[in-house]
Amino acid sequence: MSITEKTSDNNSSTTETRTSNADSIIQIENLNKWYGAFHVLKDINLDVAKGERIVVCGPSGSGKSTLIRCINRLEEFQEGSLTVDGVALNEDIKNIEAVRREVGMVFQHFNLFPHLTILENLTLAPLWVRKIPKKEAEATAMEYLERVKIPDQALKFPGQLSGGQQQRVAIARSLCMNPKIMLFDEPTSALDPEMISEVLDVMVELAEEGMTMLCVTHEMGFAKKVADRVIFMDAGQIVEQNNPHEFFDNPQNERTQAFLSQIIGH
Amino acid sequence: MDNTFTPIEARKPPSSAIGPIAWMKESLFSSPVNTLLTVFFGYLIIRFVPPVIDWAFISANWVGTTQDECTKSGACWIFIKQWFSQLLYGSYPENLHWRVNLALIGLVAVVVLQFFLPQHLRRRVGWVSLLVYPLVSLWLMYGGFGLETVSTDKWGGFSLNILLAFAGILMSLPIGIIWALGRQSKMPFVRVVCISSIELFRGVPLITILFMGSVMLPLFFPAGVQLDKLMRAFIAITLFQSAYMAEVIRGGLQAIPKGQVEAANSLGLGYWKTMRLIVLPQALKISIPNIVNTFIALFKDTTLVLIIGLFEVLSTIQAALQNSNWLGGHHIEGYVFVAFVFWVFCYTMSRISVHIENKLNTGHSRS
Ligand SMILES: Nc1ncnc2c1ncn2[C@@H]1O[C@H](COP(=O)(O)OP(=O)(O)OP(=O)(O)O)[C@@H](O)[C@H]1O
Ligand SMILES: [Mg+2]
Repeated sequence: MSITEKTSDNNSSTTETRTSNADSIIQIENLNKWYGAFHVLKDINLDVAKGERIVVCGPSGSGKSTLIRCINRLEEFQEGSLTVDGVALNEDIKNIEAVRREVGMVFQHFNLFPHLTILENLTLAPLWVRKIPKKEAEATAMEYLERVKIPDQALKFPGQLSGGQQQRVAIARSLCMNPKIMLFDEPTSALDPEMISEVLDVMVELAEEGMTMLCVTHEMGFAKKVADRVIFMDAGQIVEQNNPHEFFDNPQNERTQAFLSQIIGH
Repeated sequence: MDNTFTPIEARKPPSSAIGPIAWMKESLFSSPVNTLLTVFFGYLIIRFVPPVIDWAFISANWVGTTQDECTKSGACWIFIKQWFSQLLYGSYPENLHWRVNLALIGLVAVVVLQFFLPQHLRRRVGWVSLLVYPLVSLWLMYGGFGLETVSTDKWGGFSLNILLAFAGILMSLPIGIIWALGRQSKMPFVRVVCISSIELFRGVPLITILFMGSVMLPLFFPAGVQLDKLMRAFIAITLFQSAYMAEVIRGGLQAIPKGQVEAANSLGLGYWKTMRLIVLPQALKISIPNIVNTFIALFKDTTLVLIIGLFEVLSTIQAALQNSNWLGGHHIEGYVFVAFVFWVFCYTMSRISVHIENKLNTGHSRS
């Protein structure tokens, strides 16, 4: 069973770190961002290949959220360039909306729409953005609800679901737009321990089907299992990046070593 | 040791905690201060309530047509009875009162329908009636298109208060929403214009706006054009009300977490769709109590249009008190009646608001 309609069109050589532009879907060049005078992102360069799974980690306040929120322009940046699926993100609202249609995002606090039922949460964007007929949108929504294993909750409101269920709905909601890229910002860190795995399972399945994913997460088990590349950020910079095997067993930078010893030490 | 979990059966609370005696002990005589207050208010009730009841009902005059028939010591309700039609309809031609009635019944019907229709019809009917009702009621009230025309200077009485209030609220909701959104706009020009105009109308008493409306608005129109007096009052009320509405809605908008907008944006919804589908439905819902509050305030404020010479219910009472056949001093009856009618309406509306709140709350959240 596949979570996305797209079959993995590039399951070749997913383990090696890519640098080539050939089939990259996100290109970030010299990105700099400031909050007022505060320099949050410094000279970020990052290329993401189609189908690549990237895990971003780093201490609190290092700019992880800010970076991935730049990718769908929830945050604007002042310097550098960012291209998503061939569309340059600039001031042009047309471009921004075009990118947002192709990029799904899952938030730490789910951000489901509390006044709509689960089904309505899922069909809203397909109906209003993609202009898909209602019947079709509902059928697709039910399909995705089945895949995240909660079709029986379709007519409930978000407030009636557990955290884990809500997060799975949020993932399904993004998938209903049939995105090319999925962004996750600490999707499990607001969840009780027993619910974390049900969300991670869905994410693993998604990864196995070849979805391009960028996940900010501290779930190192998840990183080892599915990531093609782990990126470590500190103080607004990308400090180190490598495949998970090298990253965890043989970290190069002392910052990375300190960070890893801290989270593994727990 | 036995490690199985055995739940303890729920027991009834001790009998001293329930029953009328316990209730009285708990809520009336729980402390010396409380006891003192109970005795004090008990005295006030015994001292004042029976005379009021006696005046309003037992010794009141109900039958008759002139003030000379008010022989008993209580209230002279004959006065209200004789002026009742005026108090309700002003100088609206008697043979056409049915048109006012129909407009008012339509209003009640529109509101009631919202409570009894099944969910899926409710919204559609709501929108249709929101667009159609004002036009139909305007047609009924004013005439034309086959109905005899009744010029607005004949409109009056309590029906005028009701119509002004509902027309005011209907206009002020959309204007207030636009104003509130404009106030939060990222474009400095829009923001400044909205903030300053909201603050202007909010910072001036309604009476002043009414006066200005009747004196200054005509200056903006070319000489020959006479702007209807009622229209001027309506514009003034709408502007005033919209400014308050904008502030109420702003409160609602600010209560919606930023994550809602971000989620909508990340799904590709633009500004207007995000507002219309995600933010406003939630913001308006939590604003309902405050919207009803401003509406109740507006409803009572419609009596102020008497100041520019419109014959709403209060000025009708004053005219009646000046009438040579009714000079016997029926002020108390008149004002008690007006107060009572307003109270009934306002109280009903606040109950409806509570009802809507309860209805909207079910099933939407765990808490
Ligand atoms: N709207 C804002 N205005 C000013 N500063 C901000 C704003 N949002 C974030 N920051 C600052 O930017 C820095 C990076 O924030 P960001 O949320 O990207 O960190 P993070 O790596 O995601 O941290 P966490 O693990 O706590 O989520 C932090 O120091 C934060 O205080
Ligand atoms: Mg973060």
